[in-house]
Amino acid sequence: MSKEELEKKSYSALLRIASAWYDQMKAGEIPSISLPTRTKFNIEFDDASEVWKYGDKESMRTAASAKSATHLLKMAYVIGFIKQQLKENRSSTLREMYYISEGWKRAKFGAQDESNFLIEDLEILSDVPREGFHLHPEENGASIYGPMRIREETRRGMKMIHCQDDVGQAGYTIPNNVENIELVDHDAKFVIAIETGGMYDRLIENGFDEEQHAILVHLKGQPARSTRRMLNKISAAWDLPVLVFTDGDPWSYRIYASVAYGAIKSAHMSELLATPKSQFIGLQPSDIRDYNLPSDKLTEKDQEALKSELTDPRFATDYWRKQINLQIEMNLKSEQQAFAARGLDFVTKKYLPARLSEMGII
Amino acid sequence: MVLAEELAKQQRSISVAEFFEKNKHLLGFDSPTRGVITTIKEAVDNSLDACEEAQVLPDIFISIRKVSNEVFRIIVEDNGPGIVPAQVPFVFGKLLYGSRFHQIRQTRGQQGIGISAAVLYAQLTSGVPTIVISRTGAKESAHRFEIQIRIETNEPDIIAAGPFEWDRTHGTRVQIEFRSTMAAKKKLLEYLRYTSVVNPHARFRVELDDESFTFERVSQEAIACPVAIQPHPHGIEFGQLKRMVAASDLNLAEFLVESFSRVGKKSAQEICGRAGLNGSRKVRGLSTEDLKKLLAAMQEVAVPAPPATQCLSPIGEELIRRGLEKEFQMDFVAARTRPSSVFSGHSFMVEAAIGYGGRLPAEGNAILLRFANRVPLMYQQGACAITECVTGITWKLYNIPSQGGFPAGPVLILVHVASTNVPFTSESKDAIAGIPEIEKEITLALQDLGRELKNFVSRRDKSKLAEDRARAVCAIIPEIAEKVSEIVEKPLVDTSPIEGKLMRKMIAKKATREGNVTIELNNYTTQDADVSVYEISPDNAADAVPKADFVSEMDGQFTKVWKIKIPPREVWRVSYSGKGGGILDIRGIEDAKKMVVDLDV
Repeated sequence: MSKEELEKKSYSALLRIASAWYDQMKAGEIPSISLPTRTKFNIEFDDASEVWKYGDKESMRTAASAKSATHLLKMAYVIGFIKQQLKENRSSTLREMYYISEGWKRAKFGAQDESNFLIEDLEILSDVPREGFHLHPEENGASIYGPMRIREETRRGMKMIHCQDDVGQAGYTIPNNVENIELVDHDAKFVIAIETGGMYDRLIENGFDEEQHAILVHLKGQPARSTRRMLNKISAAWDLPVLVFTDGDPWSYRIYASVAYGAIKSAHMSELLATPKSQFIGLQPSDIRDYNLPSDKLTEKDQEALKSELTDPRFATDYWRKQINLQIEMNLKSEQQAFAARGLDFVTKKYLPARLSEMGII
Repeated sequence: MVLAEELAKQQRSISVAEFFEKNKHLLGFDSPTRGVITTIKEAVDNSLDACEEAQVLPDIFISIRKVSNEVFRIIVEDNGPGIVPAQVPFVFGKLLYGSRFHQIRQTRGQQGIGISAAVLYAQLTSGVPTIVISRTGAKESAHRFEIQIRIETNEPDIIAAGPFEWDRTHGTRVQIEFRSTMAAKKKLLEYLRYTSVVNPHARFRVELDDESFTFERVSQEAIACPVAIQPHPHGIEFGQLKRMVAASDLNLAEFLVESFSRVGKKSAQEICGRAGLNGSRKVRGLSTEDLKKLLAAMQEVAVPAPPATQCLSPIGEELIRRGLEKEFQMDFVAARTRPSSVFSGHSFMVEAAIGYGGRLPAEGNAILLRFANRVPLMYQQGACAITECVTGITWKLYNIPSQGGFPAGPVLILVHVASTNVPFTSESKDAIAGIPEIEKEITLALQDLGRELKNFVSRRDKSKLAEDRARAVCAIIPEIAEKVSEIVEKPLVDTSPIEGKLMRKMIAKKATREGNVTIELNNYTTQDADVSVYEISPDNAADAVPKADFVSEMDGQFTKVWKIKIPPREVWRVSYSGKGGGILDIRGIEDAKKMVVDLDV
């Protein structure tokens, strides 16, 4: 979808919401809105797009109590604000919008979380990502290093960048609006997305990208929307395998799940943000045992998180059930950098090549 | 044998006074801080009991002053009937001397230990004798005594005594000095406050060094003094029976009828028959064996419960409520006085109250006020049967949260156990023992009150919900309408049909915009409304259209009244220049049919 089309779509979608309220009130009815329930109990696998999306459970918000009425009032103010922004071709960050709401009296936001949540609601209602509202996230995406070329429409004009030759040691920084990037060409066999900066640097230093023809992506912990959108784009455009390499603990598996299936919070955007073909490479609980890696005991919270993952539909596969149960039984976790205990080259010369051939990638 | 003789030389009787010197904790004198409270408590109990007997409205003055580093002077003065001079030394200078020990009726003090124990405590810690001034009437002279206790013999030691010029016509004043601290000041005031709650006919004036407090009376009626009754056959023990028998000239059947309550000829015969004793025998001639049989028979025969109305003096639901309302600001108070009941032949009665909301602390455990015979129980809450009953109730059933079984939130619970013989766990009288009959009554009273509180809270929540809805409909939806109309670029949508459809009430709205106050009344009911609009605010509304029918000023606040008639589905409006604020009320229409919304809040 082009930028203009997206803007047109979001403009009419928002106006549709406002018109519905107008008509309700004109008919003497209390304005209301219904939204899908946003919990893990209401996400379903969509066979066509192979991603997890919100199910049929909906909750109705009616302006019959002070709390709900205020929520609708805030939504009306945000719609008014976005409409103005689109008209004047301006953009702002979520944080800026939060500060602008200071002048909205009764409709002002109590905390930034509230405005973020409201924008997500509007994304769901309008089926338009927030970029279409001219709202962009605060933080930049993470970095990419590897044999690929892109063309980016920057504020200072069009630029062609090669992600090994034209960038510094840290790689190419993914901008917050990925829609402005065009993927040109590549010489890669797969993409490997890495949780920690230490491991990302290790792979660059060891020349893993050149040796294995790999595109390295640094996820920086729980990946930002733009990082996930970039992975989705690369996977769709070039049909490359995407491998996710994280620490071996329950929180890291959720990083993988959000890359592969989308986050519960943004299940409405899964088609744009999730990369269903991505695979988990490690660190697997069985690796802790097989390679006898340095490890820590699980905390109570870790245990709880693992148990909660057993009921999460995104982890409902034989592979994950086996790995998670194994980890609960061992009561251990390891960081990906624990491989250093076997020598600095171990991860690039032994572990990853072994896993890659086991998975049929090389 | 030699050893036994050796031991015999050391064996001798111990004076009560000596015993208590070594066991101060039994009487509530375990620490200097507690000593102050116990002393005041004993003196106040005596004063209240005395005033009750004399049918006087108690006026009690309490003073605590530091005389030297660690020594405090405590004065308690009352307007009671006074004590005859000959008795004063015994009342204050001899342990276990009292008028009420053998009586079967509800009293505060009982054993005659309390105040003399304080005298003993003073003598042990400061060495200063206790000063007592007492006067029995306007025609009598007052007498002043300086008293101590001879510890070895438990007899009064009169250091000085003589007539005294006193401005009171009757009453007693005790002045005790002992080593202590004022660490328990908060607890002391709490004790006096609680005492005042259950003695709403008494006034307490307190001076603590330079601070003074007054706990005012709310009832002008002296409470009826409970009348002593005969012992009940189910509540008697062997020793007492033996003493009564020894003092009687009657035959057995007459003795049973005359000396016990609720025993008639028929019951007497039944007791005699069951004990296998002839009713015409003189009781004095009965052997110990006979008495044992008699006692057993007395327990077995069914005898009606003792008459409770004379010997017990419940506070009453009305006075409990008033007593609580005067000391605690609450949104809700309910009280229950249970019918009298009996345990082991002793009459008792349970009273309870629950208060909620207002200025009670919103967080943490509920406040529990425990009383026995109108005396607050300040210590050992955990060991008390009252606490156990409170914890045993499923407060969740009454929508009250609890922590470890104890209710939490802005809740106050009062339990009063009145009895001819309150079963305390120890002589310091801090906690009531777990008697199943008493526990059952407490639980029933609290459950009953819990239901009443639940109704109150749910009614309040309902009206809160209605108010919340009114706020949404009358204040927020119009704003949504304004914003949405602006977005869709259409004329402002009118939201009053939503209001009318939802509320079916008289809705009054007040809004202040750019120095203009507008009050709008919408009659969404189906009838004509004859109402008065009352508004109190700093605006004088001189330019109001229409003009107010009545305006008055007080302290810069103007009360404006409009008397109007609004037909169904019509709107009445007034506006004037001003800053807004204040309060708005509609009168002449029932609460359920009106809703006042301040749009400026």
